[in-house]
Amino acid sequence: MSPPRQALSGLRICDFSGQLAGAGATRFLAAMGAEVIRIEDPVTEGSWDVLRGVAPFVDDRRGRDFGGAFNNHNVGKLGVTLNLRTDAGKQLLRELVAISDVVTENFAAGVLARLGFSYEELRAIRHDIVYVSNTGFGNTGPYRDFKSWGPIVQACCGLAFSTGLNGEPPAGIGYSYMDHHGGNFMAIAVLAGLMHRNRTGEGQWIDISNTDAGALLNGPALLDYTVNRRPLRRPGRPDSNRSDSPAMAPHGIYPSAGMDNWIAIACRDDGDWTILAGLIDAPWADDPALASLAGRREAEDTLDRMLGDWTGSRDHFELAAALRALSVPATAVQRPGERIDHDEGTMAWGLWPTVTHSKMGEVRVDGLPLHFSETHWVMERGGPCLGEHNERVFGGLLGHSDDELARLREDGVL
Amino acid sequence: MIGTPPVAAPTGALDGVRVVELASEHGAFAGKMLADLGAEVIVVEPAGGHPSRFFEPFVDDVPDLERSLWWWNYNTGKLSVTLDLHRAFDADRFRTLVASSDIVLEGETPGRLQGHGLDYEDFAAVKPSLVWVSITPYGRVGPRSHEPATDLTILAGAGPAWSCGYDDHLLPPVRPGGNQGYQTASIWAVEGAMVALYASQTLGIGQHVDVSMHAASNVTTEAATYEWLVAQATVERQTFRHAAVRQTPPRLITAGDGGYVIVAPPRHVAEFRALVAWTVELALTEQMDEFFFVEMGVERGGIVLSEVETDPIVAAIYQAGNDCLRLVASQLPAKDFFVSAQKRGLPAGMLFAPEDVMEDQHYKEHGFPVEIFHEDLDRSFLYPGAPFVAGASPWRTRRRAPHLGEHTEMVFGPLEAQPQ
Repeated sequence: MSPPRQALSGLRICDFSGQLAGAGATRFLAAMGAEVIRIEDPVTEGSWDVLRGVAPFVDDRRGRDFGGAFNNHNVGKLGVTLNLRTDAGKQLLRELVAISDVVTENFAAGVLARLGFSYEELRAIRHDIVYVSNTGFGNTGPYRDFKSWGPIVQACCGLAFSTGLNGEPPAGIGYSYMDHHGGNFMAIAVLAGLMHRNRTGEGQWIDISNTDAGALLNGPALLDYTVNRRPLRRPGRPDSNRSDSPAMAPHGIYPSAGMDNWIAIACRDDGDWTILAGLIDAPWADDPALASLAGRREAEDTLDRMLGDWTGSRDHFELAAALRALSVPATAVQRPGERIDHDEGTMAWGLWPTVTHSKMGEVRVDGLPLHFSETHWVMERGGPCLGEHNERVFGGLLGHSDDELARLREDGVL
Repeated sequence: MIGTPPVAAPTGALDGVRVVELASEHGAFAGKMLADLGAEVIVVEPAGGHPSRFFEPFVDDVPDLERSLWWWNYNTGKLSVTLDLHRAFDADRFRTLVASSDIVLEGETPGRLQGHGLDYEDFAAVKPSLVWVSITPYGRVGPRSHEPATDLTILAGAGPAWSCGYDDHLLPPVRPGGNQGYQTASIWAVEGAMVALYASQTLGIGQHVDVSMHAASNVTTEAATYEWLVAQATVERQTFRHAAVRQTPPRLITAGDGGYVIVAPPRHVAEFRALVAWTVELALTEQMDEFFFVEMGVERGGIVLSEVETDPIVAAIYQAGNDCLRLVASQLPAKDFFVSAQKRGLPAGMLFAPEDVMEDQHYKEHGFPVEIFHEDLDRSFLYPGAPFVAGASPWRTRRRAPHLGEHTEMVFGPLEAQPQ
């Protein structure tokens, strides 16, 4: 059997990106067939990436090569070490850039330039290089030197403020959502840069500001302010379990039987409500005032309370299935184990592929939510151990001899 | 500067690419992004207009199919044509349109297009280079492909809601605000569309790309997923911090003016040094019981995060650094604290409301608020702009969303004038 055709075969990415906001981009491009060479610092053992060597772990073994998150975010990449404080390290990087299509990084603004690899310098090595940088605040503007990580980005772009319940402080997003999308926009930027290069022969520097990317994900709320001058900081709002755009009611997450079990129900229109009211089969649900969206919105606090009382004694999976069978959108709020190991929607999709890591062995990882009919994604190899592919890249690819590599290792270059 | 000064007037990365988009609630953002990247995106609506034209809020709160801010936001830069696909004449027009296009983007209920003979399979043979992207709640095939869903039920079933909310678990889990379920699927769809287009351009292979909204949010929930995959551990939601297997210290801080800020507890020696200096400047050391632990952070040359769980002294230093920063924050207005902390090298953030975003100098200097003229209303409005700066092939939010059927004649005139 011939290997599957890969959409990005033949592309090489010289990759400094880490954490999730950067590593997420190149994990996607690697799955699509690009050769991603991830460069890490041997002196600090790659600890710039705070995920290298930290929990979760598959077993009792610990160390730089055993971090579960790092493995998840770096599947399919080659890993090399290079000490860029040394002239020999810089020279090897120049050799690598010369044969790469793309350079990616998410260091703080200016770090790569201070190492001697600004865009102008990269371009001098390879004139059509596509260089993509990704920081919380971008390489321009008053906050360019500010530090950031996931929660700071989500605070400063408006998404954290927008997530919460009426009468409570903001809940924020309980994970680095914008690290995922920072990586996704970075992958889009790489592909955009490559398409432009293929058409014009011209490379470029594309600079992502992750706060700008996050703000873009709040469009209707931004327009409600710029057009209608209606701020989101107002009585009764934000309340993100409700739906203002489009307006729906009832629309929320309600208690159900058992400990910390919840059901989400969205009545898109009067028809959905009529079906739900029929199932509730109690006088309050037959109130004609609730027959219209305007009436339900008017009475939303009471409606949510009555509905919560009704759902509170019911099984969330059973009730959600009954509602869905009647075409009303509803679901149990699923725990990780439920959506991963008991949900036909993810299992049938093949969403949790098993990769083989050189030291950790077989580990399940995030797959991709995309099925390609011709050039499907491949995830087989785990994230690289520190310097795992030094021989393959500096020897095989760049043509340095074993003796040279031994000397470079001795000199602290690799 | 970022980017090379272009030789000619810069065009978008997808300049010359034509996209046909069947209007849908979940794919609209994908079409908008492709348009911002330079593609010509033609959105196909039924004669009465797509239902999302009637989504709140409206301009000046006047309901009208040309005044929905939802429609405006997700359809900038597109052209609109009206077609009723169950009519033979319009179905033929759709075939002609697809034949002239590089990408089809749709979010139809699985099976509907097949019923009209207008599905990917009906076009693949005649146009092998075609890229066809479907965005549906659970993908086009599979056991759940016909279940109803909304942004809320996707986010509740796929993981995000489980990780968001409050320490008090009598309060419900919270949906991330702002249509993130739909947008997450659309972002993945753009990645899929661009990879497939790249393969089409370089290998001559067209294909179908099936996007599942449920799968998209499932793989966009960070530690909740890999804690389970790697260690079969379940994260629990915590007020304004990462859902985690273990409880972490509170993060959200009410600043002196009632605004909200967050900090990262100091780790590096320079951070401890800056915090000590700042606390002394503000004469707050007396109010900090454990201030000597902050000073110990300086003496020990910073701390290693992975030792917090194993070394009680490191844990005490970590805790004291966090407490000390919280104390400083409680004394200053939110914006002052955020900017001063950052200028001192201490990572901090401030909770911007959407209205703050459009007024802040950071976004203004990036040109993020983009002015778009609505000639029909004789008014200009500020829209959200680009996620990145690309000198040679800029991301550009170019013009207002189209009126219903505004470009039907403009699009089909030239197509139908061509000899078949």
